[in-house]
Amino acid sequence: MSMLIALTVGVLFATGVFCLLRRCLMRLIIGLVLLGNAANLLVFSAGGLTTGVPAVIPSGETVAPAGAADPLPQALVLTAIVIGFGLIVFSITLIHRARAASGNDDVDAFIETDQL
Amino acid sequence: MSDALLLFLPLIIPAAAAVIGLFLRSQCGLQAIIGVLGSAGMLIAGLLLVARADAVGVIATQSGMWEAPFGISLVADRLAAAMVSVGGLVAFAGAIYAWRDLADGKLGPYFVPLMQFLMMGVQGSFLTGDLFNMYVWFEVMLVASFVLLTLGNKRQQLEGALKYVILNILASSLFLIGAGLIYAKLGTLNMADVAVRLAHPEQADLVRTSGVLLLAAFGLKAGLFPLFFWLPSSYHTPRPVISAIFAGLLTKVGVYALMRTTTLTFAAKAPVLLELIYVISLLTMVSGVLGAAAHFDMRRILSFHIVSQIGYIILGLAMMTPIAIAGAIFYTLHHIVLKTNLFFVSGVVNYMRGTNDLARLGGLVKATPWISVIFFVSAFSLAGIPPLSGFWAKLAIVLAGLDLKAWGAVAVALGTGVLTLFSMTKIWAEVFWKEAPEDANTTDKRTGLWPMLVPCVLFMCITIGLGIWGGYVFAYAERAAEQLLNPREYIEAVLGAGALTTDVPGAGRVHP
Amino acid sequence: MKTKSLLFAQMPRVALPLILVLAAVTFYRGHHVPGGGFIGGLVGALAFILVALGQGTEVARKVMRVEPISLLWLGVGIALFSLILGFIGGDGGFHGLWLDEFMVPLIGKVHLGTPMLFDLGVFLTVMGFATKVGFGLQEDNL
Repeated sequence: MSMLIALTVGVLFATGVFCLLRRCLMRLIIGLVLLGNAANLLVFSAGGLTTGVPAVIPSGETVAPAGAADPLPQALVLTAIVIGFGLIVFSITLIHRARAASGNDDVDAFIETDQL
Repeated sequence: MSDALLLFLPLIIPAAAAVIGLFLRSQCGLQAIIGVLGSAGMLIAGLLLVARADAVGVIATQSGMWEAPFGISLVADRLAAAMVSVGGLVAFAGAIYAWRDLADGKLGPYFVPLMQFLMMGVQGSFLTGDLFNMYVWFEVMLVASFVLLTLGNKRQQLEGALKYVILNILASSLFLIGAGLIYAKLGTLNMADVAVRLAHPEQADLVRTSGVLLLAAFGLKAGLFPLFFWLPSSYHTPRPVISAIFAGLLTKVGVYALMRTTTLTFAAKAPVLLELIYVISLLTMVSGVLGAAAHFDMRRILSFHIVSQIGYIILGLAMMTPIAIAGAIFYTLHHIVLKTNLFFVSGVVNYMRGTNDLARLGGLVKATPWISVIFFVSAFSLAGIPPLSGFWAKLAIVLAGLDLKAWGAVAVALGTGVLTLFSMTKIWAEVFWKEAPEDANTTDKRTGLWPMLVPCVLFMCITIGLGIWGGYVFAYAERAAEQLLNPREYIEAVLGAGALTTDVPGAGRVHP
Repeated sequence: MKTKSLLFAQMPRVALPLILVLAAVTFYRGHHVPGGGFIGGLVGALAFILVALGQGTEVARKVMRVEPISLLWLGVGIALFSLILGFIGGDGGFHGLWLDEFMVPLIGKVHLGTPMLFDLGVFLTVMGFATKVGFGLQEDNL
């Protein structure tokens, strides 16, 4: 299980970076989404990967059952996903606008603000 | 007033102002008043915080009354308190400065609420004692800044925002990974608790990895050497008031986060990070100032200077001696005021002449001597001419370098100072001194200029005041540096006395 | 942009009240079991976005009656108010205050408190944000 998650995170990072390095604006956003998901998955797996044991303290007990995953990273990831949702919505709108303004989908068309 | 309320006020005030501002979105006059009142409230809360933190040392509260390290702590030591009040000051000046644009309808109905949300994010990042909470505050600040950057919807703004947005989202992912790795290794995200657990030697393995990840994340936001390209390509595109507040505050949030995490957690366990920061700081200074020398637009030159000045601050941090840290803190406070003012002046020039291009400006000394004086004072303070505040800031950094016999750093710092002077003289000569070119627009638009001039004059007085009576502020900065270098006080304020069983090694001295 | 499918044009108006009830239930159960303000808000926003997709945003705005931005500031305001209430109850900020449980016919035990109020703020904020974005992207006017 750990190996599978590790591989997934690695593949997501690799594809994310690959997409970021493309020249097409839409791929840039896809790359960001993939990278964000890779980061979320990484943090999620930091809490421990177990099956069958809910990360909830049963009534009457004071500690979680043995082998339960740590719920905090899951809560953190939830927050990060919500934030990522907002950011991605904004960036999709932004590239939509930028494309409409320049009529071009190529990143190389956006060099005006860097020129002397 | 209880400590808890004092710590929450800088967050509650902008949130309330933003809500009221959204409610009043059809009445721009009332909105402008709400903006000024909210920022003034933040400034007053910040000053109260400074007074309290200076008297007591470190004040902390736990939100929701969940004990640290399980709840989220809000902490203010002397550095955080000073940053909160300077943040309030910049927001206050910006709110007055924005009056003209709001009245002309150039900023739209969402400027005031967005600015207050931005300030909430900034103040939250200064006050939080929890790494993940800091990530959340960073995002609050970022989302607000994204929208502010694109308020005018012009092609250039969209282009600048594209670079800004993509790189900053990338940095946020790195921040998240760094924080996640710390949690995976140490089981805590409370920064004081992280420091305590790192005192055990077997915990140190992963620190370097997450330290580098956080350095990249904060470094991108602060505008450090290989990661600063978004800054000069986006900061010159929005309305002047927006770029002034961005220039003053946003990069300093990254710097503050670097100062906090390195001194509290990483410096003792991963000294290699400090050496990395040291090299980066030198490269940052040089590349920023060379970029500025190449450009011919007021705001672009000033944007590159942000990068180069951040280099000085980070150099102070990398040297890690009491005087170097105090110098870095003083430099940060002075630079926030100064850089905001320089962007304010460029906005005034833009308002009068309709351009910021050096080639198409000229003759402002004769036309408007007052504005020339304001620019002259700020520009030469930036370059480090005595007796203005920039001189003392640079002096502290250079003295710290001489103490450590870091001759290379001293040489780079002084050389950068000369080049800064060169590009400031360039602006001075082209915009103010030379005769206006014949085809240029010389009919100055002066009606309704006063709300833009009030904050400029205020900040000019602060710059001069920091130069002449800077001793008081520097003494405060020294006390703040002492707190940073001995984290025991911070840790005990957050976790309660007796939290430290072993001695925290503190930030070690590094000889580059 | 309107759809040509008759089914899709008419269905959202019928489904609207059902989806809104679903949103309310999702929101209410959120404090102890899966659900909550964020998800409830998204579900609620979806009801209106479906109408917008079926019959255009003008109809959707008319059906919604309130402007999305008004929902947004109302939500943030309620959330902020619930946080400030915490100061009155205890010495720490952002402290949760609860009323005693009481019985309501048909619903059962009801337990109200400031965290619930905060969640209501989240619900309205998310609903306002999602409808604003959903309508805006359709009208190409953000």
